[in-house]
Amino acid sequence: MPAAQPAADAHGAQRWRRFTSGQRLARFAVHLAIVAAIVAAIRSVEVIPEFLVDAPEQMLDLFTRMWPPDWAHYPDTIHEALMETIHIASLGTLLALVLALPVGVLAANNLVPSTPVNLFAKLILVSSRSVNSLVWALLFVGIFGPGALAGTLAIAFRSIGFVGKLFGEALEEAQAGPIEALTAAGAPWTSRMTFGYWPQVEPAFWSIALFRWDINVRESAVLGLVGAGGIGMALDSAMNLFQWDRVAVILIAIFAVVVLAEIVVTQVRKRVI
Amino acid sequence: MSADAAGRDDPFRASRWARVAWIALAVYVVYASSRMEISWERVVTGLENASRFFARMFPPNFERWELLLKGLLESLEIAVLSSAFGILLALPVGLAAARNLMPAWATWPARFVIVACRSFHPVIVAILFVKAVGFGALAGILALTVASIGFIGKLFTEAIEEISDKQVEAVRATGAPFASVLAFGVLPQVFSRFIGFSTYQLDSNLRNSTMVGIVGAGGIGGTLFAAFQRFDYDFVCAILIAIISLIMVGEVMATGVRKVFLEGATLADLFSRSGRAVRVRPLEGD
Repeated sequence: MPAAQPAADAHGAQRWRRFTSGQRLARFAVHLAIVAAIVAAIRSVEVIPEFLVDAPEQMLDLFTRMWPPDWAHYPDTIHEALMETIHIASLGTLLALVLALPVGVLAANNLVPSTPVNLFAKLILVSSRSVNSLVWALLFVGIFGPGALAGTLAIAFRSIGFVGKLFGEALEEAQAGPIEALTAAGAPWTSRMTFGYWPQVEPAFWSIALFRWDINVRESAVLGLVGAGGIGMALDSAMNLFQWDRVAVILIAIFAVVVLAEIVVTQVRKRVI
Repeated sequence: MSADAAGRDDPFRASRWARVAWIALAVYVVYASSRMEISWERVVTGLENASRFFARMFPPNFERWELLLKGLLESLEIAVLSSAFGILLALPVGLAAARNLMPAWATWPARFVIVACRSFHPVIVAILFVKAVGFGALAGILALTVASIGFIGKLFTEAIEEISDKQVEAVRATGAPFASVLAFGVLPQVFSRFIGFSTYQLDSNLRNSTMVGIVGAGGIGGTLFAAFQRFDYDFVCAILIAIISLIMVGEVMATGVRKVFLEGATLADLFSRSGRAVRVRPLEGD
């Protein structure tokens, strides 16, 4: 935040203002744009008011249909789908880590001091991140057919951008001292990487991996809605058949796995990293 | 740790536990990939499909641009409204969940609301709202509002819990009522972080608003999914290009808002090419 600016008023006395007039204008413009966007959105969005009035009743209906959950259904199909979801998230994360390492290295300017290469790597990372995992899933379902393979690849391709970006930034923040020492000792490139850079970025790397795995567990639960395997497929078929008591079991199962994943991540981070 | 030939410890030697972990990881990869039904045949047909797929995607077909524009606008409306409602509702919830300001009877319910809002993917929440309020943008707005409450509420709570007590005590010592303590002791300390995660959430809502349509909750996602199912891959390509450009424009605007509020940029700074680069700290997700 810039320092306060003194300004002389009409009588020549100093008046203190927190922002310059240019800054105030910019803030006003942003506020105006926000209000204008909200008003424009409210005026043009197509909402049917009757549906909103009806909503509490429909919600109540939904919950009475969901209760009691059909637990008997869990062992025969849902458990397997749930395990598949976890496999999709874990394998997808691992594949993304392997693929993102080289891209992250290419994106780090201190390791590869070539702007075109850096930009190319960053382009890969940005395009991976800009496409939602559901869209990646649609693409891979089109290519490999429905199933867990499409889901795994979707998770992996979506995660490359995230992991590569954060890993590249961690590499750029690595201290030059140890690397200069290694270079001075005549160490080859591989030794500089394994003994100079890797020990410095290793904690960041594992922390990014855990973080992404946690996100991927949540995301892999919905991939099945477009046919990419996992518990989303069970959810989709239960909903299409209006078996809301099964939907309730599936939702509880997803909730349990998400909470469990968060606990695992917090514990591992506390103990290992 | 054993000593090497020179009698010194090797500092780069992997510990026993690290080795066990690597082996376990390798076993898991083999086991999990065996369940994926990967076969050479499948890769070959996959590659054939992929080449056909990409051949049909190009050139992108913008003939139905009116449909495309309508979907994009609806996504934009969903993102703007859900961010506005989400941020407004997250403020009191996040405040109520802060342990350093509120008693336990207020923090526990507020924390429960935040956890409940965070635990499901927005698309799953959208399914439930589609059932409750029918197909259309309203379901998407409600679903993303829930997601925003969860995310901003959590971060806002953490930000408030990390503030310095000194300023709060100073305001209290003047005999200020609770509202003034909040307005002059608490909020100024968390304002900059609040701007950070609000713009981030707008960005994230914009991304998700292009997706909730897959389950019928409005926006361009429905158009995209329909085009996929009808094998209109050239239209799919056009929609994807449109979505990616919308997201990039959103990112640029979010960076602009952060520059204005956090770095005191003027309008001229925003549009000058030599403007200072903002290194934005990554938050959760991306």
